[in-house]
Amino acid sequence: MSDSSKLSITVRRSQLGQVRGLGAARGGVRHWWVQRLTAMALLPLTIWFVISVLGLLGAPQSAVAGFVAAPVNTVLLVALVAISLHHAEAGVQTVIEDYVHREGSRIASLLAVKALTLFLALVGIIAVLKLAFTAVH
Amino acid sequence: MIGRDSAGGLVRRPLSPHLQTYRWPVTMLSSILHRATGIALAAGCVLLVWWLVAAAGSPAYFAFVQGFLASWLGVLMLLGWVAALSYHVLNGIRHLVWDTARGFEKPGLNATSYAILGGTAALTLLVWVVGFAVWR
Repeated sequence: MSDSSKLSITVRRSQLGQVRGLGAARGGVRHWWVQRLTAMALLPLTIWFVISVLGLLGAPQSAVAGFVAAPVNTVLLVALVAISLHHAEAGVQTVIEDYVHREGSRIASLLAVKALTLFLALVGIIAVLKLAFTAVH
Repeated sequence: MIGRDSAGGLVRRPLSPHLQTYRWPVTMLSSILHRATGIALAAGCVLLVWWLVAAAGSPAYFAFVQGFLASWLGVLMLLGWVAALSYHVLNGIRHLVWDTARGFEKPGLNATSYAILGGTAALTLLVWVVGFAVWR
């Protein structure tokens, strides 16, 4: 055995930081979980959506509106739009955190992505709801 | 490069070599493709929302959007969307399997990387054959 009194490592983490266990991103594993859970939700939703859209290719507007307005489709479309953009936001955030190093540009681009994805989700959901509540059955 | 540790102090972080230093194992391609297709699909969300807005809009606007999607540029975007989605879904499933700490042996990684590339081509082709067959 070597003389253990000469061994040392430098822990570059405060005691408070170690106890919190949130790591360099200050967010723990929440972001990781959000990415996984939204991914799992999107698997069936996406397959359903692609098959549905295949049936609507070149269809007249009334057929598309009728599809969106069917209650089950309304619910699934709202879920698809909301979860897709939540997943997209989490993914693009990871890419930005990896490649944008200047603090100012990083925060600015992260906020821009949050704003854009939230805005898109709201627009998509309102469009679906408008069809759901106005389409002629 | 200079970073900060959790105590707020400055720390010098090592930089890994740049991409052109490496030969390209298929796992590296498959990792980068996951990011690239993810970004493409994030942009593709604009297409999804645009289509919903068009469906909820005036007949003239719906006709305009449908006309654009049927143009060569629109068809190219839809083709790219289906390909990106197929890849991201297949490789995403592999990512979820990895999260259970399975599937990290090197031969398996290479095999699943090639299988996902092949599966992407097959899925894209399938969706497109069905798509053109049912297009009214």
